[in-house]
Amino acid sequence: MGAEHASVLEQIGAIARRSIVRTFRQRGLLVFPLLFPLILFAINGSALSAATRIPGFPPVSYRAFALAVPFMQGALFVAVTAGVDLARDIETGFFNRLALTPLRGGALLLGQLGGAFVVACVQAVVYLVVGVASGVGIASGAGGALVLLALSTLIAFGFAGLGTLVALRFGNGEAVQAVFPLFFVSLFLSSMALPRNLIKTPWFHDVATYNPVSYLIEGVRSLIITGWDGQALALGFGFAAALAIISLGASSLAMRSRMART
Amino acid sequence: MRRFAFVVRGVAWRSIHNTIVSPSIIIPSIVFPLFFFAAFAGGLSKIAQVPNFDYKPGYTAFQFTFVFLQSAAFGGVFTGFAVARDFDSGFARRLLLSAPARGGIIVGYVIGALLRWGITGSVVTVVALASGMNVPAGPGDLFALLALGVLFNLVAALWAVGLAMFLRTEQAGAVIQMPVFVVLFLAPVYVPLHLLTGWVHSVARLNPATFALEAARGLLAGTPTDIALAFGLLGGSIVLWAAFARRGLRSAERAAG
Repeated sequence: MGAEHASVLEQIGAIARRSIVRTFRQRGLLVFPLLFPLILFAINGSALSAATRIPGFPPVSYRAFALAVPFMQGALFVAVTAGVDLARDIETGFFNRLALTPLRGGALLLGQLGGAFVVACVQAVVYLVVGVASGVGIASGAGGALVLLALSTLIAFGFAGLGTLVALRFGNGEAVQAVFPLFFVSLFLSSMALPRNLIKTPWFHDVATYNPVSYLIEGVRSLIITGWDGQALALGFGFAAALAIISLGASSLAMRSRMART
Repeated sequence: MRRFAFVVRGVAWRSIHNTIVSPSIIIPSIVFPLFFFAAFAGGLSKIAQVPNFDYKPGYTAFQFTFVFLQSAAFGGVFTGFAVARDFDSGFARRLLLSAPARGGIIVGYVIGALLRWGITGSVVTVVALASGMNVPAGPGDLFALLALGVLFNLVAALWAVGLAMFLRTEQAGAVIQMPVFVVLFLAPVYVPLHLLTGWVHSVARLNPATFALEAARGLLAGTPTDIALAFGLLGGSIVLWAAFARRGLRSAERAAG
């Protein structure tokens, strides 16, 4: 069927299938983002266990407290994978050839994120399984685990939108890689390692409070250590949805301008 | 000997020149350690209130020593990336064909790593001092701390350069970086060794990086501990990884034909 006759869903499906196949063919892109957060989780979960003796620390193991972090780190890696893949398409000219077809920009964008979406789902399941296998209980139960998977996938999707935005704006993989440390900065300057009320340094506390990543982490963390915390979940889902809408909206505009140039 | 020195000078100069003139290389080298320092010393400072946390100069100084050694190690690792990039671009092959004394290539890159760390280590130290870090150490202790950093940088650089010469592709970046990262984080990063528990404590007790880190913290506090052991281990590591780098060079020579 010619692209001019294909529905938007079929267009998305075709691009997504290519994106997924390509992602799974590059095992290096899958294994490193999967292993790195788990290694840090294993190390920090034990190395920072003394933090549980700080007065005011939640009455859970540090491993349970830290389990939210791999989900965020995985999301950052998904952003880079999505961005680098799209940038490669732009660099090799594949994107230009696609732009000459009747394919819609929105379909191209969502399809390109197909690989990232699948990786995000796989990662989230692996992190959850490893966490539970290491003795961490999910305070919100099985239903909470499903909500956790949904929230972490939404977060990863939002970050993937940022990755594609950078790729569309700059058109090369090096720019996407260069932005990666900035993503990581946002993670480190959050309530990743300690609850915000236990961050003593005033400037760090302020940055962590204004950093939306804190609320993403706290949303995921609440399901693991607290149970059903409506406020944490509303903030987590709210910021994740806002991130996804803003990044995909901006990507869509960038896509339109890049296709117009083509 | 003059030919050897000629190669060393040329490779070292090119290495540091590329570092300084490329924002994409120098900025991450400086930003990463600063960023770890800010995140650990700022975000985790409450850990100093854990019972039996007994490092007198305070948590900022406690984390500075880690970031100081980490920046030394990553000065070496980033140089390994540069070697891999030189192989990908074809420059390394031309270098192997033209260098009159190839052993000088390794030494040149290692000196480049040291100069690179000279920049990042200085920035990290200035920022730590500006943030009010306590330094009870005397001049002799500080000199020994600097020497410890230099040896740490040499160990990491020999590992990274050697492995880059074996693998000869930029895609080896993760393989070069990951073991260094893991070894560093399996040392007592956040709390002193006696406060670690579980498997990390067992591993950290045997981790060579732990001895360097504990010695560095002792030196900064003006109460040197296990200095001879730390220097001895680092010296032994340099011999080991120098042999590894030499074999990497031979492997690259064979591949270059």
